Amino acid sequence: MTDIVPPSEPPRPPVPRLPEEPLPTLPLPSSEPDFWRADRGLRSWLLTSDHKRIGILFLIGTSLSLVLGGVFALLLRIELLTPERTIVDASTYARFFTHHGIIMVWMFMIPVIPGVFGNFFLPIMIGAKDVAFPRLNLASFYVYVIGAVFTLVALVAGGVDTGWTFYVPYSTTTVSSVGWVVCGVFILGVSSILSGLNFIVTVHTLRIRGLGWMQLPLFVWNIYATAIIQVLATPVLGLSLALVGVDHVWHLGIFEPQYGGDPILFQHLFWFYSHPAVYIMILPAFGVITEVVCSYSHNPPLSYKALVAASLGIAFVGFLTWGHHMFVAGMSTFDSGVFGALSMFVAIFSAIKVFTWTATLRGGSIWFSTPIFYFFGFMFLFVFGGMSGVAVATSSLDVPWHDTYFVVAHFHFIMVGGTLTGFLAALHYWFPKITGRMYSERWGLVSAMAVNLGFFFTFMPQFLLGNAGMPRRYYTYPPQYQWLNVLSTAGASILAIGLVITVSYLAVACWRGPRAGKNPWRSRCFEWRVPSPPPKHNFLETPRWKSGAYDYHAAEE
Amino acid sequence: MQPLGAIVHDENPYADQAQREHALRLGMWVFLGSETLLFAGLFGLYAGYRARYPEQFALAGMHNEEWIGSVNTFVLIVSSFFAAWAIHLVRGDRPRAAMWSLGAVILLGLTFLGLKSVEYSHHLAEGIAPASYYRYAELPERGARMFFTLYYFMTGLHALHVIAGLTVMVWLITRLRRGKATAEHHVELEMGGLYWHLVDIVWIFLWPLLYLST
Repeated sequence: MTDIVPPSEPPRPPVPRLPEEPLPTLPLPSSEPDFWRADRGLRSWLLTSDHKRIGILFLIGTSLSLVLGGVFALLLRIELLTPERTIVDASTYARFFTHHGIIMVWMFMIPVIPGVFGNFFLPIMIGAKDVAFPRLNLASFYVYVIGAVFTLVALVAGGVDTGWTFYVPYSTTTVSSVGWVVCGVFILGVSSILSGLNFIVTVHTLRIRGLGWMQLPLFVWNIYATAIIQVLATPVLGLSLALVGVDHVWHLGIFEPQYGGDPILFQHLFWFYSHPAVYIMILPAFGVITEVVCSYSHNPPLSYKALVAASLGIAFVGFLTWGHHMFVAGMSTFDSGVFGALSMFVAIFSAIKVFTWTATLRGGSIWFSTPIFYFFGFMFLFVFGGMSGVAVATSSLDVPWHDTYFVVAHFHFIMVGGTLTGFLAALHYWFPKITGRMYSERWGLVSAMAVNLGFFFTFMPQFLLGNAGMPRRYYTYPPQYQWLNVLSTAGASILAIGLVITVSYLAVACWRGPRAGKNPWRSRCFEWRVPSPPPKHNFLETPRWKSGAYDYHAAEE
Repeated sequence: MQPLGAIVHDENPYADQAQREHALRLGMWVFLGSETLLFAGLFGLYAGYRARYPEQFALAGMHNEEWIGSVNTFVLIVSSFFAAWAIHLVRGDRPRAAMWSLGAVILLGLTFLGLKSVEYSHHLAEGIAPASYYRYAELPERGARMFFTLYYFMTGLHALHVIAGLTVMVWLITRLRRGKATAEHHVELEMGGLYWHLVDIVWIFLWPLLYLST
């Protein structure tokens, strides 16, 4: 008999220490009130250039959008409870799903994580006092508000019934308020570009001396990769929607067949943005998930470089996959194959991430809390949604699934599931840092359970509905689809209840929660080395970090 | 080095002036990258439609007045030279001469817009207008109509950028007049120059596509 050797831990590569260079001493006050108290009055909030306050403003704006988009989602689900008319007529139903999509995509998912947590934490994570262009940052919030107002005016002034994709020629000929809403989305796009530009320049120029690129917290890398997509893809959306708007209002049709136009070209331009836009939504969530998994397992990421490379890889390949939305739009078999294969590269990069996160848990001291519960929810939704994505990227399989609820379920799983669980994980993970108080862990877990189960039961039936042949966007359906639709509506209700619970206990915690202290999670990441809530200028003295963001073998700083 | 407080406000996130200038310059380049993609959408549409209607595009392109397009190209290139020359003059501590150089940029930009308007009015007089307003009897085909629709969108978007660039030039002249640009610190001037060069380069691509290729 040979001795049984206990499996030994594979040695993890040491994270490079930050070089200790002499730093320039900046004239900073020795003590400073936190950013909530530093200035008082409404004016000090509305005209703030503090990245943390702008993050809070974005939190208010995007949360209201989530509520509004969620109300439309519930109205849709109620309408679909019965095979025929339930509460509204067909044209109102078409408006509801359009409003739901437009609000959720451009007013919630695109701006939410970069706008709220990117703004709040990215400068702190690189040791900067603020973003590179603070006033431009504030402008990007107001541009967001103006875009949102235009969009909401469109909703009030008759609504829009084109679907969030604005496919021509319907979008240029419908009588609904397409002009207003494309103006709104165009302006929201400008806000997105300004945010992205600010983040790119901030990461390049404002890193504290000695903090190299490969020592950045991974959240920063993901916001950076997102920013590249925002800056390069959004103008194309702006242009194509502007062309649709001009066409709708003045009949200057560049896509209209009667004037020699080709509607398919609109689809190419639209998806050239709107596919990378999926990565604008999901990459920031990747960043959050990475921070959460490291902090709550007390482990460095299994491979820092793999996570960085996978994020940049997704950002790059994301630009080359748009054609997979158009397999049935008259695309040749060869093109379908090329776009399908390119799309599967995204799955490879995603798999690298999923395996790295999972392996990061190994040997860790896992703290089971609300954010890591959302991490597990994220992993399930992301893997399941991702695998169904590989399925629909296969053109032969996509033909029967195209424009069915299967696709609806797929993109809700991966895009909405990823962004929503990422957002909620971030909200709980950073709540003590932002407010300086702790929330109720018990209620946190209850609501996380409700959100994840609710999400699953909303969209899992939709996979089955789509597979059984129910087309998306239809107002009525044959009775044999009813039980799955009822199940989906029940799931949506649980999801809504979970979100209401979340808002309630977080609101209570803002006023009554126990004090959090500087680092309640015992994380090593840089933002946990400043007071909670952070002072107005982030650091009381020039930060001199001796250990890296994932140095769990080192002592806490 | 200039004291920091003299230029920027309380919200200043920079360690020193050099970092600020680096950030502004990089920000401008990122913005230009974004602008390029805005035009790329229209260039993509041009490529798509040209592949569909090759003969019609060639015929319609020949109808455009080559001399106006070419003179305008020359005008913009010379204006770009003056924009660069202004920076050279500021570096040599000659702000007054730099103001005259920027004035030349504005003059040439207005010349460009003037020639463009002449061309637009010729076209409109012939009934060449975008899409549903197109009434030109000699080139009645859909391909020619699409060429001119694209022509209006591409040159129109470019003209908006020319107007934006001219506004920037006026702003830069007022900065020079107030002594806000010095031989060491004139990053705004460089940014304005970069923007003007983008306007110029976009036209250099529009010129062959709309006037020369037959």
